[in-house]
Amino acid sequence: MRIGVITFPGSLDDVDAARAVRLAGADPVVLWHAEHDLKAVDAVVLPGGFSYGDYLRAGAIAARSPLVQDVVQAARSGLPVLGICNGFQVLCEAGLLPGALTRNSHLHFRNRDQRLRIERADTAWTHAYAPGQEIVVPVKNGEGRYVAAPADLERLEGEGRVAVRYVGGNPNGSLRDIAGVTSADGRVVGLMPHPEHAVEELTGPSTDGLGFFTSVLKAVVSA
Amino acid sequence: MSVDTVEVAAKTPDDEQPWAELGLRSDEYARIRDILGRRPTTAELAMYSVMWSEHCSYKSSKVHLRRFGDLPRGEHLLVGIGENAGVVDVGDGYAVTFKVESHNHPSYVEPYQGAATGVGGIVRDILTMGARPVAVMDSLRFGRAEAPDTARVLPGVVAGVGGYGNCLGLPNIGGELLFDACYAGNPLVNALCVGVMRHEDVRLAKAEGVGNKVVLFGARTGGDGIGGVSVLASETFDEQGPAKRPSVQVGDPFTEKLLIEACLEIFAADLVTGIQDLGGAGLSCATSELASAGAGGMHVDLDRVPLRDSTLTPAEILMSESQERMCAIVEPGKVEQFLAVCRKWDVLATVIGEVTDGDRLTVDWHGERIVDVPPRTVAHEGPVYERPMQRPADLDDLQADDPAALPRPQRPEELAAHWLAVVASPDGADKTWVTEQYDRYVRGNTVLAQPDDAGVVRIDEDTHRGIALSLDGNARFARLDPYAGAQLNLAEAYRNVAVTGARPLAVTNCLNFGSPEEPEVMWQFAEAVRGLADACRDLGLPVTGGNVSLYNQTGDVAINPTPVIGVLGVHDDVRTRVPAGWRAGGETVLLLGRTRPEFGGSAWASVAHGHLGGRPPVVDLEAERVLGELLGALGREGLVTSAHDLADGGLAQALAESALRYGTGARLGLGSVTADGDPFTALFSESGARAVVTTTDPEAVRTTAEWAGVTVTELGTTGGDALAVDGVAELPLTELRAAWTATLPALFGTPEAGVGTVPAGAVPTS
Repeated sequence: MRIGVITFPGSLDDVDAARAVRLAGADPVVLWHAEHDLKAVDAVVLPGGFSYGDYLRAGAIAARSPLVQDVVQAARSGLPVLGICNGFQVLCEAGLLPGALTRNSHLHFRNRDQRLRIERADTAWTHAYAPGQEIVVPVKNGEGRYVAAPADLERLEGEGRVAVRYVGGNPNGSLRDIAGVTSADGRVVGLMPHPEHAVEELTGPSTDGLGFFTSVLKAVVSA
Repeated sequence: MSVDTVEVAAKTPDDEQPWAELGLRSDEYARIRDILGRRPTTAELAMYSVMWSEHCSYKSSKVHLRRFGDLPRGEHLLVGIGENAGVVDVGDGYAVTFKVESHNHPSYVEPYQGAATGVGGIVRDILTMGARPVAVMDSLRFGRAEAPDTARVLPGVVAGVGGYGNCLGLPNIGGELLFDACYAGNPLVNALCVGVMRHEDVRLAKAEGVGNKVVLFGARTGGDGIGGVSVLASETFDEQGPAKRPSVQVGDPFTEKLLIEACLEIFAADLVTGIQDLGGAGLSCATSELASAGAGGMHVDLDRVPLRDSTLTPAEILMSESQERMCAIVEPGKVEQFLAVCRKWDVLATVIGEVTDGDRLTVDWHGERIVDVPPRTVAHEGPVYERPMQRPADLDDLQADDPAALPRPQRPEELAAHWLAVVASPDGADKTWVTEQYDRYVRGNTVLAQPDDAGVVRIDEDTHRGIALSLDGNARFARLDPYAGAQLNLAEAYRNVAVTGARPLAVTNCLNFGSPEEPEVMWQFAEAVRGLADACRDLGLPVTGGNVSLYNQTGDVAINPTPVIGVLGVHDDVRTRVPAGWRAGGETVLLLGRTRPEFGGSAWASVAHGHLGGRPPVVDLEAERVLGELLGALGREGLVTSAHDLADGGLAQALAESALRYGTGARLGLGSVTADGDPFTALFSESGARAVVTTTDPEAVRTTAEWAGVTVTELGTTGGDALAVDGVAELPLTELRAAWTATLPALFGTPEAGVGTVPAGAVPTS
């Protein structure tokens, strides 16, 4: 099983995403933003960081990079794609996921251990969890406030596309406590919190994040 | 506009030059004329003025700092003082480089950018050594917490440290946040960076090999920070002075992140023979230091430097402190490959000159020679002063003002009130308001971070080897006795590293003092250096480098002497690290070390009485060493479940922090802590060489400690949701937590209502 991790200029948590992939039992494959080469991977992770320094808007420039155009096409044919933090911002900018991430309501960068509820346990990236399961993973961002037009929010809720929700406090003012959303087919998931930072007892607040990476292993096999 | 060339200078010896405005003394200017045999050109004058400033030349501190160079190198030191940062062997072929640097004056003028570029500068120092930067720390001091100007400076500084470090992908693993009126016009922003490499990857800043190319890479050169070194860092602030905002540099962490990745790829492919970052004094510093350290000379065509502002004069280009720039010496055959790596990372790189066989540094501007100097005279042979020194006139009175005379809390409810006051004071309070703005997780190797006593970072995922770092500086102790104070600060940082189970290996420092032209300040400085050097010798630790920040004063009032000391330790296996917090009930709480009635410079005297006087606690380095070794052994053997250093606020502060970390209380008795059973002394004394540990095997700990010769006092048992201390108080953790956590948000705004504290600056924030 080969899972690609894209490095953009300014990606920071790419080494962490690769580590999580490895700990889940898959082979991480380094993907370079400027090349039209997905290297025949079975799934793709867009990691956290500040691609292109967040210039213009967070994720906006990366969303137009050569490789992300390939990712968008492949995703439409079912390639599982996970966007974490800045990766989530890129997926929204690329039009793969609805909504947008804006400056935290309190205007500070915030890093804390955050409780989340898995709302959808049947996506490619979350079916290792039980529906409604609560997990703790780090959140760290300055522009993590999920927003969408009221009608879009209704539609997302109606279609059950809110994948992960903040519980026990909303760290950034996200509407309806939305921490992550999924595509209609459940293959593309984006979230602001960092499951790749909760994969080892030694360095994380829990190992709750590993499920995102083990989920996709089964999703690919059963696809 | 005509350019002042060497030729012109030789013909016009009597032209008036603005040496005084550039911060040079008349004898220094005369010496430059002696060296050159003529008047300097405008560009040369600019170079000498910035390089001979206090900040770059260490002209007042050099004679004292030699004490550090005279220490035994020890078996672990790979590169010592003199390079951008010292390098220490931490085993298995790994080398670690770490250094702390001040950005005090810029942070007062422009808090966000001053602090941000402070982080940027120290990260480049670490990168320059060949290492991958792996973590940062910050040691911050401001005026009184409730002072209006603190509310202006602190939020910007914190956002700047976070904004830059977060965007670089470097975890912030700890530091300090302290308040004192003496820093009101002169906050201290000291940033530490630590990097890791293999032994064979160490790089040095020298220009070798005639014909090798000089490559400038990174950001374009602009007008920011011109004269920052000589004007800002070496001059005190006073109310009449002009606004100096334009002299502060502006940072771009995205460019620095690209610079880091490009450099590491360049190092891996072995494409450079020497490298230097551009920090204070910019190109003047980088070119003269590279040439001075090498065997030959150097020539630079200054008009090749890519500019952000085409109107800059040659002198301004030489002095510019634009951030995110590096200078490399590259063999001609490797230049193309070097430039290709830079292109991959979108890093601008330009060949601006080459290494020559002469012994001169020459700079041309559109074909005309504007600099022709012996580089050593610029970089390494600047003026050196033996400044006059005098013991402060008020020191005898200060030391005689013994806190023993202060009224003490007697009744249990008084003791409890004082306990809460110390814990809830701005210095003692929970620092989450700050640390939530820092990424502590990125890179996935952070094993411990603030609020633990030291930051612990894994450096090898297979062998589990790791390092521990602490940064400490109690300025109250140093004010009362700079010799002992510096030693106590070293002891605290040493202890903080040791409580995690690490073996302390090496020391760095950032020495923040007032004006060296004041004999009393110079005496404080010399005493602190002497104290630190003597203590390092006793503990067998080398000083790997450091930074001196002088002129930290407003008008004629200097800050308290503030030697901030960093200690690096090594963990052979980070899985055995010991955290500071209590996790489980039913464990035995033990106090290691002896408690004496020592309140001089204590947090209690400061919080309860606003008092600073008497003598600081006794320094007992042998006890520190024995305790450190014991803590290391207890950690490795897995005999303790937590360990917390006792320092500011004594046992009162330590117990509160350990209990609140995971919400585990304890039932304790303090009657055996001192011979007379006085609970006040037990709670608030700040005697050194002490730590609180918890264990499930008290007999084993007791045996090991007694064998080592460390006094053990059983305090009680963890459990419950209160700190219940016989005869003192039963403090519910909810009440304690409310007091501890409320302070900083009340002063600086809860993040939810933080609209008024948006920092200046356009650095990205996601």
